[in-house]
Amino acid sequence: MAQLTRTERQIALALFVGLAVAGLLMVAGGRADPLGLHGALILGVAVFGSFGIISKYYEPLPGADRLREYYDDPSKFGVVAAMVWVAFGLFMGDWVAWLLVNPDLTFDAAWSSFGRIRPVHTTSVIFGFGGNALIATSFYVMQRTSRARLPDQLSPWFVLLGYNLFCILAVTGYMLGITQSREYAEPEWYADIWLVVVWIVYFVTYLRTLARRKEPHIYVSNWYYLAFILVVAMLHIVNNLAVPVSLGHAKSYSLFSGVQDAMTEWWYGHNAVAFFLTSGFLGMMYYFMPKRAGRPIFSYRLSIISFWGITFFYIWVGSHHLHYTALPQWVQTLGMTFSVLLLVPSWASAGNALLTLNGAWHKVRDDATLRFMMIAAVFYGLTTFEGSFMAIRPVNSLSHYTDWTIGHVHAGALGWVAMITFGSIYASVPWLWKRDAMYSARLVEVHFWLALAGTIVYVFAMWNSGIVQGLMWRTYNESGTLTYSFVDSLIAMHPYYIARAVGGLLFLIGALVGCYNMYMTIRAAPQRKRLASTSDMPAAVPAIAPAE
Amino acid sequence: MGIGERDPHTGHMTTGHEWNGITELNTPVPRPVYVFLAAAALFAILYWVLMPAWPTGGSYTKGLLGYDQRAAVAESLREAALGRAALTKKIAAEGFDAITADRDLMDTVRQTGRALFGDNCAACHGREATGNKGFPNLTTASWLWGGSPETIAETIRVGINSAHPDSRTSQMPAFGRDGVLPRIEIENVVAYVKSLSEPQSARGHEAAVAAGRKVFASTCAACHGEQGTGNSELGTPNLADQFWIYGGDSETLVKTVWGGRQGQMPTWEARLTPVERKILALYVYDLRRRQ
Ligand code: HEC
Ligand code: HEC
Repeated sequence: MAQLTRTERQIALALFVGLAVAGLLMVAGGRADPLGLHGALILGVAVFGSFGIISKYYEPLPGADRLREYYDDPSKFGVVAAMVWVAFGLFMGDWVAWLLVNPDLTFDAAWSSFGRIRPVHTTSVIFGFGGNALIATSFYVMQRTSRARLPDQLSPWFVLLGYNLFCILAVTGYMLGITQSREYAEPEWYADIWLVVVWIVYFVTYLRTLARRKEPHIYVSNWYYLAFILVVAMLHIVNNLAVPVSLGHAKSYSLFSGVQDAMTEWWYGHNAVAFFLTSGFLGMMYYFMPKRAGRPIFSYRLSIISFWGITFFYIWVGSHHLHYTALPQWVQTLGMTFSVLLLVPSWASAGNALLTLNGAWHKVRDDATLRFMMIAAVFYGLTTFEGSFMAIRPVNSLSHYTDWTIGHVHAGALGWVAMITFGSIYASVPWLWKRDAMYSARLVEVHFWLALAGTIVYVFAMWNSGIVQGLMWRTYNESGTLTYSFVDSLIAMHPYYIARAVGGLLFLIGALVGCYNMYMTIRAAPQRKRLASTSDMPAAVPAIAPAE
Repeated sequence: MGIGERDPHTGHMTTGHEWNGITELNTPVPRPVYVFLAAAALFAILYWVLMPAWPTGGSYTKGLLGYDQRAAVAESLREAALGRAALTKKIAAEGFDAITADRDLMDTVRQTGRALFGDNCAACHGREATGNKGFPNLTTASWLWGGSPETIAETIRVGINSAHPDSRTSQMPAFGRDGVLPRIEIENVVAYVKSLSEPQSARGHEAAVAAGRKVFASTCAACHGEQGTGNSELGTPNLADQFWIYGGDSETLVKTVWGGRQGQMPTWEARLTPVERKILALYVYDLRRRQ
């Protein structure tokens, strides 16, 4: 707040008032609908925000010397938000896991039924945790690799706060029963429209920073972050095209129907994996890994090949989610063959990352933060191999609809996405808050082993469970009929479900240890404020001597 | 544009750019990357040539193998049906008595019936068909409508209190809620009903049981029979045995008589083929027989 200029404070206030009006309209229009509750929520947020601005409105304005530093406050907020979301999201995930072990764990409430808390889990971890981490690190990385400060103080806050409002609308909506029933795109039309606005501001902020860059070339991380922002916008808009029942209703109907609907959804769904959960996090990896290891990127050329390979091939592969369905076979063929092609650039990325560590393996041994990133690259390689393999039709006929898919997703989500994020967060927290190091390196180590153990237990449990399930579903007896009923396969799953829930619990405990460690780091006394070198400063104002 | 430097560890040059301390080596792309890319592309192209692959506006390239996934499914379904045909035909053609006497056929019934029962019936009747509260145990001699394979088959076909036009219908009236019997008489008749299956429960409540016997004779016997042993014409349960649909403790019995009951068993005529229903009837019949 102290960094906001007078005009920015005025615009912020105007925005909150606008938001309050929108909330009020939703309350009025949606009186008889859960929409009204969301209107009230938005109104509350807006009133709270307005008071926040008004109470600080007359605080001293920031001086021009602010421009001599990167603007990291939004990144700090994003990192903290990411950790809050991950603790919540993993908790919900482990709850869902135990719910599959014991169906009575809904405690007879509607909001806690499987169909509602499962998307609460996925949205919290993917969008809450992943999204905040991506936005926070993208601002951080963008400024530094461009040697340019963010163009203004308001838009990054608009992006972060607006994005979190979207996540909260999504998660509370599911518990109220508001959903589009599109996997990973469950939020209803009004939340979707809001996200479009937020995302456009994000994109524009990013381009404006990029336009101000003082480096002649754009660093590879930024290619990935940009691909992430641009393609996610496209996916989100197309997949969520829908007509609301009325402006006073939360419910809407998709513009697509039948097999086109399924294809649109999985074109979106798989590219969310590609451009949200892969591109963005590769951007993170390409900055934090070489930085932490102190090594140059292994090969610039390999970066280029894998970037364009991933970007071009991924767009095609969504149909591998619909093998052996009503989807015409030729579409399945394309999805499958491009999935196989995709393996090469994926492994090129993983290889590029691991080879970058050559010359720094002793650091990997000693530094759990770097080890997080290393293991992430390994899991990235494993998961992309598995994914391409599962996209092959005959393999898919065994794996599809089984827990193998869940195992695959979590090898990616826990092993790759969460690990690279934890690594990057552990690296960036001391830099952001100007501390010497994390509060406790031991606790980072503890988190690392808990996360790794949790992931391995989880993934092995689901591999076993999935393959057993897949085989049981296709076992015939001598009479030529199915040997097992569906319930038989569920009973066979039970021990694996327990193992999975235990693995998830380990992972959750690890994340909580991480939260504690971060909290203690942030609370600790800051380093004496010094800008030792110009390497952590924007290039715009080199003339002014660093302030003591 | 900077000048590249040599990285002492790998011996490769950097590209000469630097971003916030990060540099990049100009290492050539390792040969295996190209090899694998070429191999994957070759595989893809080959697959496109052989299989349905690219859209051509109104149609798509059919592929040299002429493979069509729907035709393949139809074909494998046909083959599977053919494989089962011998047994299926026999089961369809033979009468219940002949099948129950044929060991091979009964083996088929047990194998096939188990999965059919698991997928269609277990949710209500339990995996071992031993019932749940409100859903009868099918492995006992205590039948509502009768335990012959023919009767069971008919129950499965039309259901009980279902939407089928020929559905079996039955209802246990709500004597308390509808004001037919006062509370005290309900308690008495329950004491009597309980004493039918648990004679020792009458001890100390002789008066109530005696009063209840009268109520039973006048109000209940028409449906449940003089001795309370049930009537398979009306689908009423035997109240004198150890098997209960809803429960034989006094509290549940009072609830049953007070509020009435009407269980619903779906009709399976539209959802299962005649052979499947026949197999299920035999399977259920056989469960009891094997005990
Ligand atoms: C939705 C729950 C439900 C399902 C599914 C169901 N049943 Fe039933 N079934 C019932 C109920 C309830 C009754 C008892 C009705 C009553 O109380 O009058 C019953 C009764 C029966 C009876 C009559 C028992 C007797 O004593 O005469 C048979 C036989 C039977 N079920 C077989 C089956 C078979 C075979 C299947 C699978 C194809 C099946 N049921 C599926 C609920 C179900
Ligand atoms: C109109 C015929 C009818 C009359 C009269 C009738 N019943 Fe029933 N009763 C039924 C039917 C049918 C059922 C089975 C209901 C079901 O399964 O859904 C039943 C079920 C019961 C059950 C539950 C058995 C179990 O296994 O849980 C009890 C107890 C019972 N009756 C007691 C009585 C008593 C006591 C009376 C007299 C006060 C009585 N009934 C009168 C038709 C009748």
